[in-house]
Amino acid sequence: MATISLKDLVKNYGKVEVLHHVEGEFQDGEFIVIVGPSGCGKSTLLRMVAGLETVTSGEIYIGDKMVNQLEPADRDIAMVFQNYALYPHMSVRENMAYGLKLRKFSKDDIERRVNEAATILEIQDYLDRKPRQLSGGQRQRVAMGRAIVRDPQVFLFDEPLSNLDAKLRVQMRLEIKKLQRKLGVTSIYVTHDQVEAMTLGDRLMVLNAGYVEQFGTPIDLYEKPASVFVAGFIGSPSMNFLPAKLTNSHIELENGHKIPTSSAQQGDAIFGVRPEHMVVDDNGPIEVKTELCEQLGANTLVHGRLNKCETSVVASIQGHWDYEPGSILRFNVTPENHHLFDSKTEKRLES
Amino acid sequence: MVEHRPILNIVTHLVLILGILIVALPIWITFVAATHDEARMLQAPLPLLPGPYFIENFKKTLFGSGLSGTETAPVWRMLMNSLFMAIMIAVGKIAISLLSAFAIVYFKFPFRMGFFWLIFITLMLPVEVRILPTYEVVADLGMLNSYWGLSIPLIASATATFMFRQVFLTIPDEMLESARIDGAKPMRFFFDILLPLSRTNIAALFVILFIYGWNQYLWPLLITTETDMTTIVMSIKQMLEAAEQSPQWNIIMMTALLAMIPPVFVVIGMQKMFVKGLTETDK
Repeated sequence: MATISLKDLVKNYGKVEVLHHVEGEFQDGEFIVIVGPSGCGKSTLLRMVAGLETVTSGEIYIGDKMVNQLEPADRDIAMVFQNYALYPHMSVRENMAYGLKLRKFSKDDIERRVNEAATILEIQDYLDRKPRQLSGGQRQRVAMGRAIVRDPQVFLFDEPLSNLDAKLRVQMRLEIKKLQRKLGVTSIYVTHDQVEAMTLGDRLMVLNAGYVEQFGTPIDLYEKPASVFVAGFIGSPSMNFLPAKLTNSHIELENGHKIPTSSAQQGDAIFGVRPEHMVVDDNGPIEVKTELCEQLGANTLVHGRLNKCETSVVASIQGHWDYEPGSILRFNVTPENHHLFDSKTEKRLES
Repeated sequence: MVEHRPILNIVTHLVLILGILIVALPIWITFVAATHDEARMLQAPLPLLPGPYFIENFKKTLFGSGLSGTETAPVWRMLMNSLFMAIMIAVGKIAISLLSAFAIVYFKFPFRMGFFWLIFITLMLPVEVRILPTYEVVADLGMLNSYWGLSIPLIASATATFMFRQVFLTIPDEMLESARIDGAKPMRFFFDILLPLSRTNIAALFVILFIYGWNQYLWPLLITTETDMTTIVMSIKQMLEAAEQSPQWNIIMMTALLAMIPPVFVVIGMQKMFVKGLTETDK
């Protein structure tokens, strides 16, 4: 178990810089999720911590040791890969024991550790099978088993659930979380799935095109997104963004309707509202011309456009509703659920 | 195609049987010739049914000094020579091309692709093309009339290197990364992961290369002058020309028959892995 710190990390491929001065301090035992769209550099960052990619500049510390130059094997880490990377010619037992064998553990010790890990993951029954005789979920467990037998200081997960079907993914997600709590090992988990990120992470690092957009707890990210990107990425369906003008304590929408605000800012802005915070109110300031209703059972998604404008708006309202296309609905949003962003930098405007 | 038409069935079988007959006839004649005595084989027409002298011919060929009136080594000796040569060539080729493919795929060093193409170019330089300089080198190293001289000049193989390169490229990168995290050094990774994963390909290649080595004719002919080192394939040809007398077909054919046996065993014994190695893509 150890802390991890990333100091001014930069990664170049040839002349192209793909990670820009990433900073991060991860606490001992913390579950960190790195999340972002594909190509944002999240896997690269993870592989740099693992030692599979070189560091262009900056420093990585595991515990208080600088590990930039260390081989992956000497960093005391374990990694779970997206395609599991089990050795196909070895049995589950041999797969799990391989790392221990190379580290010259005694036979009894290996036996004991493998059995312990197998018990935790409930894979005792197929220790002697080959990986190809296992289902996707079982392989996933074996891959985790291979990571935990070594009792490393850090777990690294590279999108470990993306090859599983939806139901299994939810189940394994819970198990990973439980396992990590139980073992208390500092973990870094990479995913592009925001639900996975929100449910698993103690803290989330949102990456976009090689920049850290925001680093904080899931609730922080949800309630106070630092930028339009984070606001749009976290939450489903994603936040509505309405172009607006700020004038003496009012938000003026495109169609001229005004919403009172406590913000003292002036000028062009982006007004963000989450669909689940839109409340139907006949006197509300947000006028929406409906286009389509999606009934999901517990709630209904109303898709439409801001009246007399092109900006599309989604509202999520409780219960079953079915509005005729073209009907006008009015919504209100309580001030604590207002999000204001600068229209140029797309950063959050604090009141 | 799944069709059930009786006439079609009969026709397909006829075609197959005809094909087998055409392929098998020369082998049958070889066998028949090996079961008659010398005199019968010189009369026309050639016999088509086996005669009574099989055991006698067998003993004479395998343990005698071969043809009467010449000084050739006994055939068992030639069989051993051929076997040693073929195994040394097959094993040597596989070992060297595995290592070169490993270097080319998994290590980054200057002129990597240059080396790859250099190896590839040797495809255009089989022994027959470079026979004089190769002979010179082997002679200078004092390897004439030795197993080393028979096998080493034939060991480098561009085809096998290329094949193993392709095999290694299909093994996912994560396998290497995972082994690195587990603490495997390069040669560990090679022996523990790469070798077992290319096992079937090695078997397939072994079959092909064993037969290639077994069938070598020109090179052994040049390099061996002592009768003790002759190989079976080259000596069959020599037997035909040996001695100023009519060829002793019964002995020659028995030798040919014996020469066929080891490759047949290798093919039959490794057939399953051979097919797997050439068709399997799942890693």
